[in-house]
Amino acid sequence: MFADFIPLFVIIAIALGLALTLLAAASWIGPKRPNKIKRTPYESGMDPIGSARERYSVKFYLVAMIFIVFDVEVVFMYPWAVSFHDFIDAGLVATVGVMTVVGLFVGILTLGLVYDIKKGGLEFD
Amino acid sequence: MDSELLVRLILLLPLAGALFSGVLPLFLPQLRTSEGLIGTVSTAAVALPFAFAVYLFATFSGDPIITSYFTWMAAGDLSIDFAYRIDELSLIMLLVVTGVGSVIHLYSTGYMHGDSGFWRFFAYLNLFIFAMLNLILANNLPVLFLGWEGVGLCSYLLIGFWYTDLSNSAAANKAFIVNRVGDFAFLLAMFFLFREVGALDFGTLLAEGPGIDTTVLGFIVLLIFIGATGKSAQLPLFVWLPDAMAGPTPVSALIHAATMVTSGLYLLARLSPMVLEVPHIMVIIGIVGAITALMAATIAITQNDIKKVLAYSTVSQLGFMFMAAGVGAFFVAIFHVVTHAFFKGCLFLCSGSVIHSMEHVEHDLEAKGHNMAGFDPQDMRTMGGLKDYMPSTRWTYLISTLAIAGIPLLAGFFSKDEILFKSFELGYSGAFYGYVVWGIAVVTALLTAFYMLRSYMLTFEGEPRWPDADTVHPHESPASMTIPLWILAGLSIVGGYIGLPAVIQGGDLNWIHHFLGEPYGGPVHEMKDLAKVPLALKWGLVGFGSLIAIVGAYIGYRAYRPGQAMAYDTALQNRLGGLYTFWDAKYHIDDFYNEVIVDGLLDTSKKVLQPMDATLIDGVVNGVAALSQSVSNGVSRIQTGLIQNYALMLVLGVVLVLGLIMVGA
Amino acid sequence: MDLSGAFTAMWADLPAIFSMLIVGAAGLVVILMEAFQNRDPRIPWLTAGAFGLAMGWEAFQLGTAPDTAFFEQLRTGGYAAYINLLILGAGLFTTLVSPPYLRRLNRNFGEVYALLLFATVGMIMLGTSNTLISVFVGLETMSVCLYIMAGLLREDEGGIESGFKYFVLGAFSTGFLLYGIALMYGTTGTMHLPEMAGAFPDGVPLLFWAGVGLVIVGFGFKVSAAPFHMWTPDVYQGAPTTLTGYMSTASKASAFAALILILFFALPSAQASLVLAVLALITMAVGNVMALRQANVKRMLAYSSIAHAGYMFVALASGTTAGYSGALFYLLVYTVMNLGAFGVLALLEWDGMAGRKQTLSSLAGMGLERPVLGASMAVFMFSLIGFPPFGGFIGKYYIFAPAVSAGLTWLVIIGLLFSAMSGYYYLRVIYVLYMQTAADVAEADRAPEGGFAQPAWLSTAAVALCAVLLLVLGVAFSGVVDVTEMLFIQADAMAQTP
Repeated sequence: MFADFIPLFVIIAIALGLALTLLAAASWIGPKRPNKIKRTPYESGMDPIGSARERYSVKFYLVAMIFIVFDVEVVFMYPWAVSFHDFIDAGLVATVGVMTVVGLFVGILTLGLVYDIKKGGLEFD
Repeated sequence: MDSELLVRLILLLPLAGALFSGVLPLFLPQLRTSEGLIGTVSTAAVALPFAFAVYLFATFSGDPIITSYFTWMAAGDLSIDFAYRIDELSLIMLLVVTGVGSVIHLYSTGYMHGDSGFWRFFAYLNLFIFAMLNLILANNLPVLFLGWEGVGLCSYLLIGFWYTDLSNSAAANKAFIVNRVGDFAFLLAMFFLFREVGALDFGTLLAEGPGIDTTVLGFIVLLIFIGATGKSAQLPLFVWLPDAMAGPTPVSALIHAATMVTSGLYLLARLSPMVLEVPHIMVIIGIVGAITALMAATIAITQNDIKKVLAYSTVSQLGFMFMAAGVGAFFVAIFHVVTHAFFKGCLFLCSGSVIHSMEHVEHDLEAKGHNMAGFDPQDMRTMGGLKDYMPSTRWTYLISTLAIAGIPLLAGFFSKDEILFKSFELGYSGAFYGYVVWGIAVVTALLTAFYMLRSYMLTFEGEPRWPDADTVHPHESPASMTIPLWILAGLSIVGGYIGLPAVIQGGDLNWIHHFLGEPYGGPVHEMKDLAKVPLALKWGLVGFGSLIAIVGAYIGYRAYRPGQAMAYDTALQNRLGGLYTFWDAKYHIDDFYNEVIVDGLLDTSKKVLQPMDATLIDGVVNGVAALSQSVSNGVSRIQTGLIQNYALMLVLGVVLVLGLIMVGA
Repeated sequence: MDLSGAFTAMWADLPAIFSMLIVGAAGLVVILMEAFQNRDPRIPWLTAGAFGLAMGWEAFQLGTAPDTAFFEQLRTGGYAAYINLLILGAGLFTTLVSPPYLRRLNRNFGEVYALLLFATVGMIMLGTSNTLISVFVGLETMSVCLYIMAGLLREDEGGIESGFKYFVLGAFSTGFLLYGIALMYGTTGTMHLPEMAGAFPDGVPLLFWAGVGLVIVGFGFKVSAAPFHMWTPDVYQGAPTTLTGYMSTASKASAFAALILILFFALPSAQASLVLAVLALITMAVGNVMALRQANVKRMLAYSSIAHAGYMFVALASGTTAGYSGALFYLLVYTVMNLGAFGVLALLEWDGMAGRKQTLSSLAGMGLERPVLGASMAVFMFSLIGFPPFGGFIGKYYIFAPAVSAGLTWLVIIGLLFSAMSGYYYLRVIYVLYMQTAADVAEADRAPEGGFAQPAWLSTAAVALCAVLLLVLGVAFSGVVDVTEMLFIQADAMAQTP
């Protein structure tokens, strides 16, 4: 069993080795002529103002979480969509059954969305 | 009607009544003073079961009805059901308990009127009925024991009902503690029985119990008898009963005369097949009963408190019942239980009525400005002449006095005569102690008639002896109290005809014998193969018994006749001299217990146990406590509150679990 | 597979999950109601109704024969009904005592009840699972809801601490559980518990036992067995008291039920006995010893619940059907007495300036001031010690007796010594309730004049009912024991006829 995976390990080793070798080579071979402008974070952009560790409004996180929930919903719909033809082929009972199941799933999520909207989860100010 | 449902109702109604008047008023204070409601519900909760009991009795087929509700506990070989048994014996007891119980409930509604603890009283009373029904209907010893302890608890609660008076609490404690001694013996007997038989239900016990090795069985029966002496107030444990009179009088009537104190007899009758296997223990039972009866009767002569007289008379009558058990005539013991419930219940209720009106007298006198500091409404020396003021109480008291004295054709005559006859019959059959028991019983019967007449004469006849008797008059009690008196008095007249003596048709008309007795298919066994007493001798015995009662009663009447009652009492005191003092001091039994056992225990505790407790026990306990506290302090350092450390502990735990499970593999 | 047939079979199986459906649906309705009207007063009633309805349904399932539903994902029948009744009962009790408490803290959100309902769905799935999949799904559904509930008081320092610690450590332990499930699946090739035991005709590989060990770790965390218990006192202390009661009973009950199912069905031999015995020993020791020095009643009860988990592990360590049924019986007793105790605390906690007062001294004299609550609390404490005639005594008998039969006498003796020790901290509560008055304690511990309202009668009644139930369980326990034993006898018979 272990032997089957040897090529995989070889590939991982080569990929790691190549990347590290190239990086090392670049820093070793490449010329280094630093000046003040080169050392700025954004060489041809604006100078940053203040700290980068600014606090974001908690609303961002809220939206992010809601996004994840509905994102995952789509993930669950993929296998259903892919195998939908099999259910149609299996007859009416299977078709209605699978529609009901998915309908329930989407319906429950919709309830969640209603709750979210009503509670002001999507109002951004 | 479904008899199982009836048994259920009989048991549950009193419990429901107790909950109604005991729990609801806790939350609804306005209910506490609704005496009408509480009194009606409580009385109905006993009267309805009585009606059901009568129905069960009327339709009883002869086969025991066994109702099993659920398995209470099952551990190993031990399996105990909450099962109840209706057979002839429990039916008789059931009728007495619920019948006399409902009459006394009715009486109490009048007697307790105006007491702030009215609701509490009826809750306890109903609870008592429930416990008593558990006792008499149980189909196995543990359930019986549950009832046994339950009635003990209720008795304790009711003796100390007026708990603000410290002496009442002391009396309640005394009853409780003395009963513990007997209960301990009963428990031991139960353990022995389980070891020997392997089951505790009556069906198995009565089938296999008599087959136990006689030595062991002797111990078991002796232990049961000791248990019975506690509850039924026999030597050496009778000391609690006279003190128990501290409770309200209906309690004395119900618990300490009619029902609870007879449960020892019930137990012996229930286990009669086993008792009969050990004749040497029966000798002890009979003799103890006889001596108790005689001693209590002599003490009763010297008492001046009307309830104390009745209390000692109860002890004495219980002695009679134990005599019957001791000579193997258990059905006669139950017969006497029944008649005794009637006349002693009536006597106690009468005394309650008397005390009630004497309290009014005391109250009136106080209003008139008399100093009533030394006045005791229960003291017969301050009564006298009450017959003119309280006719109902007087007549019922007289009837039941004559009944207890054994005056022919009243209830007590039949049952007492049967006890005398049975003990004589045993002696006639060759067992000498039968004659001894008979002799003592005759003397006691004479004394009984004497002291009961004394109490009647001192209370009701003669001139009033309280101060200002011309203007202050007692009053008859209300109908709610006198009706119960007449019911019980009526039963005291006719109650004896359920057991007509052996002289009539050779005992064929003795209904209670035919109903209970094992030879006729009942559950109560009796001594067999007795010699036949010639008919003439039987008649002679009946005549002799009647004569004894009449003579005793006449002496009592003559001695305490109007005009010279108190003088005679003093004369009697002088004539008997040291003996009187000895009786008056209750044979120094209480003193013996107090000085030898109680003080001895206290002394030992103070001198030996206290230092031991302080150094050894406390040392160990405190040491353990200190050790655990310091361990606890040490361990709690691990509980840092830092989540990293928690996670670390978790990982260490994983290592531990994986390690252990690999070790196990 | 015949897809149409599969749907027909699932349709036919719907009654098997009636409770889950009704409770879950109620959760959805609650969410909607809350969305349209903040703190809709009908929400607690609806929740209680759903629990009550589901309990009524389950009560009728108690006698049914064991079976499985949804392609052997879930177990049905008497065992499942018993566990579900326990969980739903805990939910109902929590719903009854929560509103006055949460209203006092100004946290009577509808979401709390929705979470309660959803958590209950998860618990039912966990407690009746027949495969490792449903174990995991149920466990996570339950846990996620509980994490939120623990952190409900998010403006309170202890509340945040509670929610955060529970979440982080819970996620951490779930990792172990998942790894254990993976190992068990990897070695046996099946997710179905009853098939696992027979998967090794020639020798059980070590890897399987490692998987079992990790699953025990995961469950050990959920039931707060030492040394996975560290979160318990902090979380219990910070969470709202009524919900703590729910967490400490229902979640433990369902986790124990699932663990019993795994141990009973999936293990080919009594290999895990040693681990369970050692865990029992450590847990009893830690719980009882640490409880001794707690001045905060909730923390004390947290350690006490750890100790009781230890007692139940003693029964599991015996590895016999008698042990498992004893543990099931104890779960019932434990649930009743702990719910009641936390319920009393919730009703007696008062609001000072700094929030909730939970020190032992703050209870001084409450026994006489609130007679019903005081008496109930005394019953709970006596029962927790294992005093006859309360359920705790009988429960202890039924867990220790099988352990003795299984040869674990040493463990039982230690367990009994520890329960004797527990008398100290339980009796102290009764002492403070009845023998002390507010005058005896420090100023800070005295309830302010009118510090808390008269508790709602419904909540008081629920608490008193628990006390009565304990008394009933202590006297008339045979019927319940028959049920718990029957479940394993039937299950045994079923396991033998695959």
